Amino acid sequence: MPLSDTIFSPRKSALLRRFSALLEPKDDRQLAALARESAATTRRHFGKTIRLFAPLYLSNECINNCAYCGFSRDNAILRVTLEIASVVAEARHLAAEGFRNILLVAGEHPKFVSNGYLADCVRALVAEIPSLALEVAPMETPDYAALVAAGAEGLIVYQETYDREVYAEMHTAGPKKDFDWRLACPERAYAGGFRRIGIGALFGLAEWRAEAVALAAHLEHLLRVCWRAQFTVSVPRLRPCAGEFAPRHPLEDRDFIQLICALRLCFPQVGIVLSTREPAALRDALLPLGITMMSAGSHTEPGGYTGQGRADLHRTVRGKALAPADSDAGAGATGQFEIADERSAAEIATLLHTRGFEAVWKDWDRAILAT
Amino acid sequence: MPSPAALLTIAGREFRSRLLLGTGKFSSNATMAGALDASGCEIVTVALRRADLSGKGDPFANILDFIDPKKYLLLPNTSGAMNAEEAVRLARLAAAAGLPQWVKLEIHPDPRYLLPDPIETLKAAEILVREGFTVLPYINADPVLAKRLQDVGTATVMPLGSPIGSNRGLETRAQLAIIIEQATVPVVVDAGIGAPSQAAEALEMGADAVLVNTAIAIASDPARMARAFKTAVEAGREAFEIGLADRLDAASATSPLAAFLQTA
Repeated sequence: MPLSDTIFSPRKSALLRRFSALLEPKDDRQLAALARESAATTRRHFGKTIRLFAPLYLSNECINNCAYCGFSRDNAILRVTLEIASVVAEARHLAAEGFRNILLVAGEHPKFVSNGYLADCVRALVAEIPSLALEVAPMETPDYAALVAAGAEGLIVYQETYDREVYAEMHTAGPKKDFDWRLACPERAYAGGFRRIGIGALFGLAEWRAEAVALAAHLEHLLRVCWRAQFTVSVPRLRPCAGEFAPRHPLEDRDFIQLICALRLCFPQVGIVLSTREPAALRDALLPLGITMMSAGSHTEPGGYTGQGRADLHRTVRGKALAPADSDAGAGATGQFEIADERSAAEIATLLHTRGFEAVWKDWDRAILAT
Repeated sequence: MPSPAALLTIAGREFRSRLLLGTGKFSSNATMAGALDASGCEIVTVALRRADLSGKGDPFANILDFIDPKKYLLLPNTSGAMNAEEAVRLARLAAAAGLPQWVKLEIHPDPRYLLPDPIETLKAAEILVREGFTVLPYINADPVLAKRLQDVGTATVMPLGSPIGSNRGLETRAQLAIIIEQATVPVVVDAGIGAPSQAAEALEMGADAVLVNTAIAIASDPARMARAFKTAVEAGREAFEIGLADRLDAASATSPLAAFLQTA
């Protein structure tokens, strides 16, 4: 039976039926009750702590065309793939701010972002950064194993949308067109030895309740088959980016909050990640409700923290590299999307403290692994 | 003059307190330090993965700075390890970093319920005992496994009451009773204790100690809750030492009738 049939069986488990019920429209009183229960469950399992991490964009080169993504092949943007030394400089900047958990992010480009390059990046950082995760193009299991051997322990891959038709519409060129190849990615990562695996859907592409139920079904399936991995789930909402794609099915704040609470109540031990895509006021409101992990002070462009890589920038039009125009002078690489919460790591740590949360920077020691 | 309460002895070392504390989930390291103090505990466990083991004094991983090694026995734990090999490596690393050669051995590869892996735990215990570690293994409430670990030479067994963080109390009570009955080393009930009454219950039934973390860490006033647990543990132990009266199905009058009939 194809994987998608296994995951999205029409016979819903008791857990998924409960999840669907939790997503049904609620009045204010019901939503407040849901939020209280979600907060209490989160405290019981994760305590009064929030883990912090930062994304480090290695490359914004990409051969895919994804309608909603600023890095899409056909977007004429300033692109770069950071040299290893630049990656180390960016990571050291983040480490000085406190980050001990860094997420390496790259677009999909076999020429610039080969597995050899990613493994080199991991090896260059592993002695200094206790926890390294990757958010990169899907790979075969042996390629994942090579990254684990280099010292990475986390892998993030979002399905973007679980709606096949919408998926086909959104992904018009490049290897990412293959829905099933992407869907099986977390299991290949697990087979390759990753122990922290993050999944998610990009909200705004398809109707949110159906999307959420599919995401929950995927998570439930993964918890069963990848029983030794620690899962996190992420529910990013579309942000303005190059290409100016407008969300077709915006996820309103109220529904977003309800979704986070439903995930928490049905998956009490799963980490929920909240990025700087969301505005400060909403992030503050969500702090106690269910999330367990936040990014802070993020940049979504390669070299964004320290200005690395500016000398190597090039502009592409329909995948063809052009020399930078004069108007590009002094500019950095283009970001994947606009950040909404621009507060620094230190500001977020202070905020957490005043709200009664311990900011956990280090929650992993690579000495655990045989390397 | 009441007789002094018996001391808890683990691997030849004596402790007045029968309450062990975990250090995760607190809202700040300072709050944690306050709770440790209020609890009167003498043994404190810390997840090595959260600490800085490099010796560089990382200010962003400084949890150990808040635990006075003169006041508390610091019990490093191997949380994060998925198998025996990883747990052994962590324990060695902690010892090399100057921490006590005691280890709370916990290997729970399933992050969903954090249930301990009995096979890997036994394997790791064999290696660590051989290397001279004082080993306190976290296990499911499995009496045979407890026996096997005792035979290997662990200093205690630490069966769970219910899953970590669940606050569901002594769901494994029947199995715990067998472990306590058969134990030749101290039995420390670890995990799932969500209320002082549940801690008291464990001590009343003969557990030598309990380890508490979540219930104290997430309380609105952790220091006061720590004190409540301290009192409950003392009460439970005292009741155990005195010996609880049997439970009866019917009411039993407390009048001196029986005494009268005997002398009549």
